[in-house]
Amino acid sequence: MKQDVPPPYTAVARHAVFPTPGHDEAARYNFLAALNKYLSGSIGAGNKIAYDTRVLPAFRAEYGRDPVDRFEIRDAMNADPWHRYWSALKRNSMEMRQQNGRAITLRQIDELSAKVRQFNEGRDTLELDPALPQPHYMDVADIHCMPGSYHGEERPGDMSAGANYDSGFFATTAGALGALTDGGGQALVEWIRKERPGWKPRRILDLGCTIGHNIVPIALAFPDSEVVAIDTGAAVLRYGHARAQALGATNLRFVQMDAEDMSRFPDGHFDWVQTTMFLHELSGKSLPRIIDEAARVLAPGGLMLHLEQPQYSADMPLYEQFIRDWDAFNNNEPSWSAMHALDLKQVMAEAGFPPESQFTARVLAVVDRDIFPQSPDGAAEDHGRAAAWNGYGAWKADA
Amino acid sequence: MNDEGIDWITRAGTRAKGKRPDTLNDYNAERTLSIVMALAGEIAVVKERLDTVERLLETKGSLTRADIETYAPDRDAAYERALMTKEYVARIMRGMQQEMEAMEAAPEPSLDELNIRMRDS
Repeated sequence: MKQDVPPPYTAVARHAVFPTPGHDEAARYNFLAALNKYLSGSIGAGNKIAYDTRVLPAFRAEYGRDPVDRFEIRDAMNADPWHRYWSALKRNSMEMRQQNGRAITLRQIDELSAKVRQFNEGRDTLELDPALPQPHYMDVADIHCMPGSYHGEERPGDMSAGANYDSGFFATTAGALGALTDGGGQALVEWIRKERPGWKPRRILDLGCTIGHNIVPIALAFPDSEVVAIDTGAAVLRYGHARAQALGATNLRFVQMDAEDMSRFPDGHFDWVQTTMFLHELSGKSLPRIIDEAARVLAPGGLMLHLEQPQYSADMPLYEQFIRDWDAFNNNEPSWSAMHALDLKQVMAEAGFPPESQFTARVLAVVDRDIFPQSPDGAAEDHGRAAAWNGYGAWKADA
Repeated sequence: MNDEGIDWITRAGTRAKGKRPDTLNDYNAERTLSIVMALAGEIAVVKERLDTVERLLETKGSLTRADIETYAPDRDAAYERALMTKEYVARIMRGMQQEMEAMEAAPEPSLDELNIRMRDS
């Protein structure tokens, strides 16, 4: 039997600003990829077994009813020793990934900075705004245990947060995002080509782009389009811009900007406004404001599309909602739980997209399947990290 | 340290902002588990490095440290090494696997009870 194993870290593509791993650093990522696969795949089902065999029966015995929401399940599961230990292992794995990625990046910070500078200096496709404050939702906790989050700087002008982020996707997804961690962006290109063959958007906007890994394939697929990627973190933008330039995406402009205020763009400026795994970082009040602002800059007949893990709809079992919530309470994703319970269709409707203009699409990462595996689904899925998404979208009515 | 004086070893291990969940409800167990998992990772690294040395020696008869640092396994070697790591992880996680299986098993008497039962039957 051919066993299900992750590809080696050496299969990850090394573009011109990628942090070079040593032998042992690559091996450390290989261990973490194997460990994560074990925790979510081989024994991830243990959480459900604990729930079915003892947590739920104990809950019923105590309350005379079933749990009414994912929070009651979480409280009950947090009393279960097997689940607690599984969570402790997983939390350690996340912390170890960060330490390894930061060690790789920070020990070569001078060389990396010099390479990034070569791609950034004198180019007008990177626009930073030192006066822009971090939104509060980006600053209450370091997202997914990444010290300094997306905007932290080890020294002025630093880009290491982006480099560390780029280096570690492999470990947490076991390679399922592909050699350039762009399986999401590649999937979007494939999706739009089927959805609208021959469509040529004049301008495309990516919100919360971080290092631009998902927008680069779109910029490359639409070389005649003007593509803008915004984020509030200068550290990821510096790295992302250099990375995009190194990969040949020269029609892609990186701008430090808060998506709540895009007043420098006129109404209807973009034919396609896009987010990929971004909405779940937003606070409850910022999310609708950003969707409103995104709707404003979207041209009549244009596309708005948000890729996320599935929303917690009424027909999603409460246990599944609970396990999908793990990162919210254990991996510094404080906006994850509430955002996934939102009725996105309602938010989009309030932003001016009537229900009949909206759609949901299932999008699977597009990668070289000879080398990189597909994310497992069902019981073995690593919830929150699966390389498969729901696209929540709408086409804006023609003028 | 590099020129600008970044203590990269310390900075690599810095904490992420945000209170750490107290999953095990036991300070010493949390600290010890973090050490054990880091050590488990380092053993996996040493095993992989040894495998690299063996493969290089097998094909070249000699090696340099640079050979090790730049080694990239071909598809078959990558599979064998990933399998080695998978088996290693399963071995150190035996307790978790067995506790998971125990949850599904029918209720079992303790060995104390079984001793009495065997004596009397």
